[in-house]
Order: sequence, then C-alpha cells, then structure tokens
Amino acid sequence: MPQALEGSQAIARAVALCQPQVVAAYPITPQTHIVEHIASLVADGRLRCELVSVESEFSAASVVLGAACAGSRAYTATASQGILLMSEVLFNISGLRVPLVMTCANRAVSAPLSIWNDQQDSMAVRDAGWIQLYCADNQEAVDTTIQAFRIAERCELPVMVCVDGFTLTHTLEPLELPSQDMVDGFLPPYRFVRALDPLAPISMGTLVGPEYFTEVRQMHHEALLAAEKEIVAAAADWSAACGRELAPLVRADGPPEARIGILTLGSVFGTLQDARERFADTPVRLLHLRSFRPFPVEALRAACQGLSELVVLERALAPGADGIVGTEVRSALMGIDGAPRVHNFAVGLGGRDVPLSIYPRLLAAIHEPHPRMGTIDIDPRYLPPKARATGETPP
Amino acid sequence: MIEVRIHGRGGQGNVVAAYVLATAAIDQGHFAQAFPAFGAERRGAPVAAFVRLANAPIRRRCQVVNPAFVIVQDETLTASPDTLEGLRPEGAVIMNSERDGQGLSAAFACTVYAIPATRLSLEALGRPMPNMALLAAFLALTGLLPITGLKDALGLRFGGDVLARNLTLIDQVVAATPAGLWKERADAAGA
Amino acid sequence: MTTETLHDLRGDQPRFQGLEAGHRACQGCGQALAARLTLEAAGPDVVLANATGCLEVFTTAWPDSAWRVPWLHSLFANAASVAAGMEAALKMQGRDVKVIALAGDGGTFDIGFQALSGMLERGHNVLFVCYDNEGYMNTGVQRSSSTPHAAATTTSPAGVARIGKRHLKKDILSIVAAHHIPYAATASVAYPTDLRKKVRRAIQVDGPSFLQVHAPCPLGWGHGGELSIEVARLAVQTGLFPLIELERDVLIGAMPIRRVRGIKDYLRPQGRFRHLFADDPRAREELAHLQALADHNIEVYGLRGDRPDTLDSEGADTVHRGGRHFA
Repeated sequence: MPQALEGSQAIARAVALCQPQVVAAYPITPQTHIVEHIASLVADGRLRCELVSVESEFSAASVVLGAACAGSRAYTATASQGILLMSEVLFNISGLRVPLVMTCANRAVSAPLSIWNDQQDSMAVRDAGWIQLYCADNQEAVDTTIQAFRIAERCELPVMVCVDGFTLTHTLEPLELPSQDMVDGFLPPYRFVRALDPLAPISMGTLVGPEYFTEVRQMHHEALLAAEKEIVAAAADWSAACGRELAPLVRADGPPEARIGILTLGSVFGTLQDARERFADTPVRLLHLRSFRPFPVEALRAACQGLSELVVLERALAPGADGIVGTEVRSALMGIDGAPRVHNFAVGLGGRDVPLSIYPRLLAAIHEPHPRMGTIDIDPRYLPPKARATGETPP
Repeated sequence: MIEVRIHGRGGQGNVVAAYVLATAAIDQGHFAQAFPAFGAERRGAPVAAFVRLANAPIRRRCQVVNPAFVIVQDETLTASPDTLEGLRPEGAVIMNSERDGQGLSAAFACTVYAIPATRLSLEALGRPMPNMALLAAFLALTGLLPITGLKDALGLRFGGDVLARNLTLIDQVVAATPAGLWKERADAAGA
Repeated sequence: MTTETLHDLRGDQPRFQGLEAGHRACQGCGQALAARLTLEAAGPDVVLANATGCLEVFTTAWPDSAWRVPWLHSLFANAASVAAGMEAALKMQGRDVKVIALAGDGGTFDIGFQALSGMLERGHNVLFVCYDNEGYMNTGVQRSSSTPHAAATTTSPAGVARIGKRHLKKDILSIVAAHHIPYAATASVAYPTDLRKKVRRAIQVDGPSFLQVHAPCPLGWGHGGELSIEVARLAVQTGLFPLIELERDVLIGAMPIRRVRGIKDYLRPQGRFRHLFADDPRAREELAHLQALADHNIEVYGLRGDRPDTLDSEGADTVHRGGRHFA
C-alpha cells in the first residue's frame, strides 16, 4: 500500500531502514528536510544512531569518514555549496576506499546564488572517485538509497545518490516503503575489514610515494569499473525482493524502431515521458542514465541501438567546453557501427522549470547544426543586447 | 488528470494545503503529486504550490501552467496577472474574499467562488489560516474526494485541539457550500 | 615469595610503545618525542586521527608504518572531525576505546581550527593533542598563527623593513578553554613526566580534552638537534611557554619556575631569533616586548614560586599494560 510521502521524508525513512549507526550532516537547502526527518526518527526512538550535527559540510564528510573507519555504517547528505565545501574530503573518502552513502539533493552552484535545482554540484565532483547514481523519481530514490549501502559496502567505495533538489525532495507522492525484514534480507550488517581496532592495529591514509601511487590510483579506477557488476546485482536482488522493475545502469523507454533518442539524468525523465504522448507520431526512445559513475559504456551502447539522433540533456554547464554528459556519451558511442549523431543541450539550470513544451523543441533541434553545446531554454529577453543580436543561442 | 494551483503568502500554509490535498487523494486510492513553487520565500511573500490528481501514475514534474482550479488564499495576489494565468476554459477559482462571488467572476472574467476563509478561520481557530476552509470548499464544490478523506489527511499532520477546531471549521464550510456545484467542471477537467 | 617492590616490577616491564623507533623524523624532533610520550601514557586502547603534517609523513611512508595503534590520516583540516566520527561510532558500538586526535599547530590553530571548535562544542569524548612547533615546518618553515612574535620564518623573514612575524602567537589554550571543556593543558617535551601525567589525566576525562605540547623543531627554529630539550626547557623557564592546566576554563595548576631566566637565554640559541641580537633599536624594542610577554605570563599564572618542580622520574604515570604483546 503506497503512502503519501514527501521525497525527503521517504529518503530519510529509507536511510533509517538501513540502520546507520552514525549520521552527520550540516543543513543546506534543499537537503534540510532529509536530515530533519532523520533527526525526528532519532528523537522518537525509531532510529538508534548517533546524530552528529556538525559545524560544516567539511566536518560532516569527515565525521562519517571517521565513523565508517571505526566500524560503523554511516550516512550524510548535502547539496550545492556543501558538496564543494566537502570536496576535499570526498576525494579522500574514495581514495581510502571507505564505504559510505551520501544523498546529494542536487542544486545549482553559486554565483549567481541559486537555491534551486540543477546538477552542477554533483557534476563538479564527478572525478572524486565516488559511484554516482541519479534518480528519476522518488520511488527510485528510496530503492537506490537502500541499494547504495550494499553497493558501497561490497565495493568498498562511497556512493552518491543524486536526487533533484525540490523537484524530488520537496514533492509529495505515493511511495512504497519496504519492510524492515525486506531490507534486512537484502543488506547484511555493516562489516569493514579494515576497521580500526586496537586489537589489530593498522595504519590508514599513509603517505604513498611515486613508486606506488599510480598503482593505487589504477586500482581505484578498476574498482569503480568493477562496481558496475555490483550495481546490476543490487538492482536485480532488490527488484526480486520488492517486486519493482529497476534498470541498474541505463533505463531505456521507447520502441525499438525509434530513430531518435533523448538522454537525461534525473527527474526530467518523467516530464519527457508525458510530453512524448502528445507526439505519438514520432517514435522516440527516452534514456535515463542512472549510473554516471561508473560510466556504463556497454549498457549505453546497447540502449542506443538503432538510434540515428541522440539528444543529450545536461543539467549543468562546463563553461568554455562542450557538455559534460554529452562529451562522455559521444566518446562512448564513437567508433561503433551506426552510432547516432549526438546533440547536446543544457536545460533547467538554477531551477528553471522544464515544461512539457520543451519536447517539440528538442525534436526540432536535431535538424539544425549545433557545433557547440548551448542552453536550449534560454530567454533572449534577459540577455544583454549584444548577445541577443548575435543569435548564437540555439532555438 | 486534474491540476490545481494554490496561491498564497508565506505563512498561510500553502504547501501544507497542497500536501494535505494530495495525501487525501493518495489515501483514497488515487494518484497525486504535490509540490511547492520552490522558493526562498519568507513570511508574507507571494508563494505558489501545485497539486495534481489522477487515476494513473503521474510522471511529469513541471510546474502547473494550465490549472483546472486555482485556489487563492490572499485576494490581494490577484493584482498580479500570474495568479489566474493559464486557467483552463472550463476551470474555476476559489478565492478567499469577503466580496461576492458573482462580482468577482465578472471582475476576473472567470468563474469565482468566494469564501471569507480568513474570517472563518479566525473565528474557528483564532488565527488567520484560510487553507483548510478553502480546501473544504474546493472538495465540496467538485466532489473530487469525500470530505472524510480531507479530515483523515489532516489527522495525519495535526492532533489535539488544532485538529478538532479544523474539523469543525471544515464541517461548517461544507454545510455552507453548494455540494457538487462544480462536479461537471471537475469531470471535464479530469477527462 | 618475591619481595620486589611495585616500582621494580614496573621497571622490569617494557614500556608500551605506540610509536616505534625507526621512523624518518629529523634528529632532535620534538614532535616525534611528544607523540611517543603521549602514547606511552595513553596505552594501546586508543584509535588515532592524525592531521596532515610532519608526524604523518615521517611515521608512515608506505609500505612502512611506525604506529602500533590503529591510526588514520585523512586530511590537514579535519583531524578533530574524523576523531569525532570515530568516537560516535565507538560509542554506538559500546566500546571503551579512547580516540586521540593528533595535529600540529597548523592543523590546530589555523586550518583545523573550525573542526576543533566544533568537536569541543559538541562534547565528543576525544583527546586532541596539538604538537606545537610554532610554524608550518612540514612545508618548509612558514609562519603559522602559533609562530611567536618577531620570529623569522620563510614567509615572515626578517629584513630591512620587517622584524620577523608581525603578529602575536595565538593564545589557543584560552580559546580552547573558553569552550568550557573538562580539561585543557599545556605541556612540554622537556618535562616528560609532567606530559605523561597530563595525558593520563586527559584520557580519563569523559568528554573533550586538549593538550598543547611545546615541541621544538630544530630545522625550523634553527638550533642543533641536541639542544631540543634544552630549548624547550628554556621556553618554560623564561615564562614564554607556561605549563598550566585548566578545568572548565578555570586555572587549576601551573608549574612553578624556581629560577626565572631572561628571555635572551631562550632566544639566543635559535636562528629564528638571530636578528633580534643585531645592533638595531627595533631589535631591542622587540626583545623588550618579548620580555614583557614572558613577565606577563609569570604574573598572570603566578609562575614565580618556591614550590618544587614536578618530579621528573619514571613512575606511575607510564602505562606498561600491553607491553611487548603489541610490539
């Protein structure tokens, strides 16, 4: 029986079902409701954990790192400036190969200051060595949060569960929460083989000279690539337990004969699904890239079979370069027979609504040459006159 | 799918109203979605919240631009054209106002049902919190959900005296509202 | 039946060595000595969080480690937060293991300051030990907010227009004590028994405790490695580094100085103060200023006295538990 839950509340409940022993967080919009809900679960005695209300995101990440190394399951959540403030620790956590789960309530990065949704924050730390899973809806956020703990602990890698801020975190909708038994059957108790223990002392985080450094980095890289198997396995096992279909790496929705594809990460997916119904004459395959790290090259190639045009929607910018996701997609598809042409647009930056009407514009855009990526939902009225006149902005 | 937009000012319980309405629908076995027009608003600033009600899973997450119904918690917000913008032709507006509905309908060139929700809430709750009176009127007019559903959803969020007073207020509003007056509008919007 | 005294029995048993010999510290490194003494007193039931700095670098270059206790180095600024996380976890696990954070003055006074304050405010059961060598020695002797006034470093050199560091040494102990934590104290590697006693006392506190250990850096201070203990002792005997203890921000103890030395005795062996002995009116002014700082400490903490020094003997303060089992 689905319950009416706000996304943040559901994520908090999913975290509680995984029974972390330590939760540390610093409040930041739009992550706050998640941590507030966890705090109330702790206050009501429904979650037995040490909730550390730290003085910064830098410390939030550091506290969960210390907790995980001392042998406890740990969780944190943040967004935007918080991600950037903890970025030094994020690299450290993954480099130490410490299993942790963090929710990123995706939000734009300042300046200009914006508390609203895009994905610039998690994209800014794409090379931090974390697994990054993007959620298309709140049910996926619940299911992914639970899977994330198992993936993290089996791979000894941290997992970032990326959830569009406000668009998902602040949306109330019917959601299925699993039972404690279901989660317990899926997620074994936390065990970290390198946990710090006075009876078996080890040194973690040592200085590593040039003679070993490359090998350590290569092992980290390979661990992320190998994590693909665990992501697939976790989705399959959780799907068997909860009865919901889950696409672990790339979700493809649309007919095999479709020649046009649209790829996105996160909650825009559902809006595009609805919009497509109004244009039933044009078969379009919608792709949701759930796993951005590791980047699932083979699964992406399979999902793009038969496509001649692929529109990649970015929720972030790489100023002065082409799109972040688009460039990686292009690179993954390069060299395969009949690879689609890749069109690349940013959309919905800083909380700009992505309306149903974006869909026909995307379909029209594939007929026009776009040498460089641009924002498709730009409003020329708000550009300075000179930029307006050049007409460089895509339709 | 029926799309509803709620306009109010920060502190008037706009998001709560949206959440309660969607919760009532979900608990009655429907599909629903509610979300605020995400802002950094402080008390008094204009805010909006959105509700979608449907009989199938709701996938879109864009803002509501063509609402079937608009609930206006603060009449002064109609000074902005955004408030009634995009209202569907068969749609209608519930407005918190001491004025007459017919006069408002003429003034705004659309169907407006007026209810003095601030005064009613002051009398019933002792504070100006018009949201539940407006929701009760909305459900009574459209018949979209049973009033018990609204009461149950409210009971999930509030308790004690606050709940009791709100339940009394809801009964009072429902008794004074022509039941099912907008049923055809709702059917047309949901079709 | 044996008639050995307790003292003999203790003496027979090897001391617990949390930090082994053979690491890569410079000769005369005050920090290495301070860390060794800290662990002798703390014993094996500890988990360490170490900030980036000399201590981390010279004890661990992979695949070697000089540590015989569980040890984690994360970053420069976060030792207090990592320690807080360890403590939260161990508390939830119901384990009686003390968490100790180790940091230099950079990781305490400067870049790690916010994390330290947060940890103290939240009342974590953590002992934070700052090895204070008064500068960024790991990166080649740059000034920190712990560098004393007028000391020359590579980023506060003495020259025609400058007389070394222009700012006062930050009074970190007062700031820490202002968090009203149960126990905060200063110690010096020149007084090992006093240091170990303070570690024992800090370890027994259920809550945050803090030790600032004055630890000479021969490289950064510009003195011979064989002079480290002597220089550290002079810092105490001049009044420039008072050895004091505070409970909840109340002074509860200070090591008396039986024969107060003039500050020149402390400054003269150190290259970083060489410019203060030039024939320059500004140098004389700075010397007078430093003397005034020492006199102020002596006055404020009541350091002048005939009471005996803390006995500097091997004794009950050293933990022998564990011994070779962990060696």
